[in-house]
Amino acid sequence: MTHAATADLMQRAQGVKGRSLWVDASRRLVRNKAALVSMIVLGIITLLAIFAPLLSPYAYDYQDYSVVSCGPDWWHDPSIVCHAGGSHWFGTDSLGRDLFVRVLYGARVSMAVGLVASIVSLMIGVVYGATAGFFGGRIDELMMRFVDILYSLPFIFFVIILMVISNNNFILLFVAIGAVQWLTMARIVRGQTLSLKQTEFIEAARASGVGTFGIIRRHIVPNVVGPVIIYMTLSIPAVILAESFLSFLGLGIQPPYTSWGVLIAEGSDVLEIAPWMLVFPAAFMAITLFCFNFIGDGLRDALDPKDR
Amino acid sequence: MLSYAIRRVLGAIPTLLIIVTLAFFMMHLAPGGPFDSQRRLPPEIEKNIEAAYNLDKPVYQQYLIYVGRLMHGDFGPSIKNKDFTVSQLIGVGLPVSMRLGISAMLLAIVFGTTLGAVAALNQNRGGDFTVMAFAMAGITIPTFVTAPILALIFGVYGLHVFGADITLPVGGWDGGKLANMILPVTVLALPQIAIISRLMRGSMIEAMHSNYVRTARAKGLPSHLVIVRHALRAAMLPLVSYLGPATADIVTGSLVVEQIFGLPGIGRYFVLSALNRDYTLVMGVVIFYAAIIIALNLVADLLYRVLDPRVSFGK
Repeated sequence: MTHAATADLMQRAQGVKGRSLWVDASRRLVRNKAALVSMIVLGIITLLAIFAPLLSPYAYDYQDYSVVSCGPDWWHDPSIVCHAGGSHWFGTDSLGRDLFVRVLYGARVSMAVGLVASIVSLMIGVVYGATAGFFGGRIDELMMRFVDILYSLPFIFFVIILMVISNNNFILLFVAIGAVQWLTMARIVRGQTLSLKQTEFIEAARASGVGTFGIIRRHIVPNVVGPVIIYMTLSIPAVILAESFLSFLGLGIQPPYTSWGVLIAEGSDVLEIAPWMLVFPAAFMAITLFCFNFIGDGLRDALDPKDR
Repeated sequence: MLSYAIRRVLGAIPTLLIIVTLAFFMMHLAPGGPFDSQRRLPPEIEKNIEAAYNLDKPVYQQYLIYVGRLMHGDFGPSIKNKDFTVSQLIGVGLPVSMRLGISAMLLAIVFGTTLGAVAALNQNRGGDFTVMAFAMAGITIPTFVTAPILALIFGVYGLHVFGADITLPVGGWDGGKLANMILPVTVLALPQIAIISRLMRGSMIEAMHSNYVRTARAKGLPSHLVIVRHALRAAMLPLVSYLGPATADIVTGSLVVEQIFGLPGIGRYFVLSALNRDYTLVMGVVIFYAAIIIALNLVADLLYRVLDPRVSFGK
C-alpha cells in the first residue's frame, strides 16, 4: 500500500465514529430489559433515600405516643387496632415513629454500607490481586495461598467478634465487611492479570522502558476494570445482606439509627399485630437485592458477550 | 489416596491454628476485663479470681494455656453463664443444631437436585424458567425475611386446605417434634435448595450434551435410564465440592433461624453470648464452628477424589 493510499484510508477512518467497548456495552445493557428496569427502580430508591428528610414531615426518631403501632390508612384489615392517619404512609412502629422515614433511613445505611464496603474490598482486592498476578512465581504462590487460607475461615464470625470487642462501632462494621469481601476480588484480578501479562502490548510497554508500577497502573488496571465492575455490582448486595444479618441479630447498627436488618427484626417481633412493620422494610430490601443482581447479570452479558 | 488424605488433614491444622490465634488475640484487644463490674471488688479477691483464670500471667502464656486446653476439647469456663463451661453449653446446644442442620442439608440435596434436573431437562422452557425464578428468589431473599413471613402464613394465619386446619407451631423445640421442625428446617434449606438447583442445572445440561450420554442413547437405552444411570450420576458429582460452603451457609443461617423460632441450639447461645459480651463463649463457639466447617470442607474434598474416577492420586 502506498503512502498516499494509507493517508487516505486514515482520513476516512477518522470520519467514521468508532464504537468503543463501553459504548457497545452500554447499548447491550440498555437492551436488557431486566437490567434497565432494575436501574430505574434502584435510581428511584436511591433518590428516595437521599431526599428522605424532605419527603416526610416526620423525623426518623420523632416519637408520637398517640399513634403507637398503627397501620397505614389504606391498609384495610379488620384486625388493625388503629390507623395512623396523617402522612404516616407506611404506618408507625411500636414507639410511634413514622415507618416510611425509617425505611428510607434504613435504605441510606444499607446503601452506604454497600458502597463503602465494596470500595474497601475493591481497593484491597485490586492492589493485592494485581501485584500477585504481575509478579507471578513464588510471590504469587505465597500470596494466593494466604487468600486460600482466609477463604476457608468463616468470616462473618470474625466480623461478629470485631463487633463484640469494639462495642458495635459502625464505621468499623463498614470496613470489616469490606475486608471480608476482597478475597474473591483479588482472585479475579489476579487471574485477569496473569493472562494479560502474556499479551503483546505489555511486552511492548516493557520494551519501551515503562516501569513495573507504571505498567500495572497504565495497562493492567484499566484492562481488568470490566470483570471488577461486574463483581462489584454483585458484591454490593452481598454486603447489604451481611450488614442486615448482623443488624438483625442486634450486632450491627445501634438505636436510634436504623437499617433494614433492624427494622425487619423489629417487624418480625410484632408480626401478628403489625405486619406492615415487616412487610415494608422486607419488600424494600428484597427489591434492592433483586435489582443489584439483575444489573450484575446484565453487566456480565454486556461486558463479556462471549460468555452467553 | 491415603497419602493425599494425610496431606490434606495436615494442611487443615495450620488453618485451624490461625483461627484460634486470631480469635484469641482479637478477644484480648477488647477493652475492659471479664470481671469488671459496677461494684469494685477488694483487690485481694480480684487477684485471686485473676489467678484462678490465669489472667495474671503474660498474654503469650495465657495463649499457650488456652491452646493446650483446646487440644483436650476444653474451651474454658463461660464468663457470663456462671457454673457452666463453654464445652457444656456447646454440648447442650449441639443435638438441636445438628438435627436442624442435617435435616436442612438432606432436604436441600433432595429438592435441589430434583429441581435442578427438572430445569435442565426442560432447558429454556416453562419448567426451567419457573425453577430458575424460584432459585433467584431463594438466593436473593435472606432467611431473616423468609422465616417471619413463613411463620406468619403457616403459623399465625394457618393453612386451611381440604377442610383441614393446619397450623404449625412458630416457636420452641418441644423435644424436637416433627411439627416444630418443619418451619425452621424449611427456612434453613430454602437458600441451599436454590443454590444447589442452579449448580445442578448447569452440570446436568453439560452432562446431557456429553459423548457418553449420546452413546447411551445410540445403543438404544430408554430415555429414563439414560437420565438416571448416566446423566444424573455424573451431574451430581460437582455438587460434592459444594458441601463445604453449604455447611458454612447453614451454620450462619442457623443463627437467624434459632433466634426467630426460639430453638435452644448453639446458634442461639452464640448470639446471646455476643450480645452479653461473654468473650470465652463467643471465642469457643467461633472455633467450634470453624472446626466443623473446615472438617466438612475436608470431607467434601476427599469424597470428590474418591467419587471422581478422572482424578488421579499421583505424586
